[in-house]
Amino acid sequence: MADAGTADGPVLDVRIWRGTEKGAFVRYEVPARANQTVLDVVTWVQRHREPDLAYRFACRVGVCGSCAMTVNGRPRWTCRTHVKRLPAHRPLVLEPLRNLPRIRDLVCDLEPFFARWERAGGRFVPTATRRDPLPRIAPDSTARRAVDAGIECINCAVCHAACDVLAWRPEYLGPAPLNRAWTLVNDIRHGAREEVLDRTSGDAGCHACHSQASCSEFCPVGLAPTAAIAGLKRASLWRLLGGSRA
Amino acid sequence: MIPDHRRHPGYLAFLAHRLSGLALALFLPFHFLFLATAIEGEAALDGALAWTENPLAKFAEWGLVTLLALHLALGLRVLALEFLPWRGTLRLWVGLGGGAALAVGFLFLVALAA
Repeated sequence: MADAGTADGPVLDVRIWRGTEKGAFVRYEVPARANQTVLDVVTWVQRHREPDLAYRFACRVGVCGSCAMTVNGRPRWTCRTHVKRLPAHRPLVLEPLRNLPRIRDLVCDLEPFFARWERAGGRFVPTATRRDPLPRIAPDSTARRAVDAGIECINCAVCHAACDVLAWRPEYLGPAPLNRAWTLVNDIRHGAREEVLDRTSGDAGCHACHSQASCSEFCPVGLAPTAAIAGLKRASLWRLLGGSRA
Repeated sequence: MIPDHRRHPGYLAFLAHRLSGLALALFLPFHFLFLATAIEGEAALDGALAWTENPLAKFAEWGLVTLLALHLALGLRVLALEFLPWRGTLRLWVGLGGGAALAVGFLFLVALAA
């Protein structure tokens, strides 16, 4: 597509956050196309208006999750958000993801997100070596289905940005680490299932969730961390009552 | 003005549940004060009961019943999503809870008018 970098013809009114924690929205006019994603808009601005505009992307096709930003107040993958599906009467407002430190422009620091993953006990602990036979797991078992429901998370942090509990209580583990924890609690091969329950049942763990379900609402993969967190709540309750679900 | 990331049924259900709970908590002291008039004798209680016949009190009563129904329905939603196995979104439950509360409020209004 020929693109001289001019904004003749129909244009989009785009406001992009420039700066770090301190900064301001800068307005750009971007040529409107018949078929255009929000990531295309950001790329156009960088190529034709602001070579130093910082943003992240990799695959551009909804696989890697690295292009997540706040689009008109909602956390989304920009590569999977078509401009024509957004309200035409509003300017297109782009910010970094919420609940994470801002590095510059549209890029935020994901370190606190992954630190929570570790805190929740998200690292797999093997119970067998490569020489042992593979454990047999019935595909239709309750535990396997619970794992299936949450295993497709790619750590894009959209749920983290959507969660209001995280905004109110910064020590809260958050939806993605708790979702990961629930898959491990249900994974019979994992060697630290009780420890995962210990780590996720505390004050800043699953019981801090208010079931607002913003994580499930905005998850681009269609996962429901709310269900995983509810599972952890049940498991910790059964354990308190003397049983063990891990 | 509700921010964009909160405009979905799950958050609205949370908000309605929380606000109806707070409103009911604020009502309770007045409820107990009202009941306490019985200690002062039959006449005091009858006087208080007669006051509830005014339209404003009837309107407040309707609001109270609707809020109670809303709080109950959305509380059941929380219990269901935390204790029952479920998949997908919870939009239907929110709709059912809100609808049930409004139906109860409407029925109460009809009963008042009858």
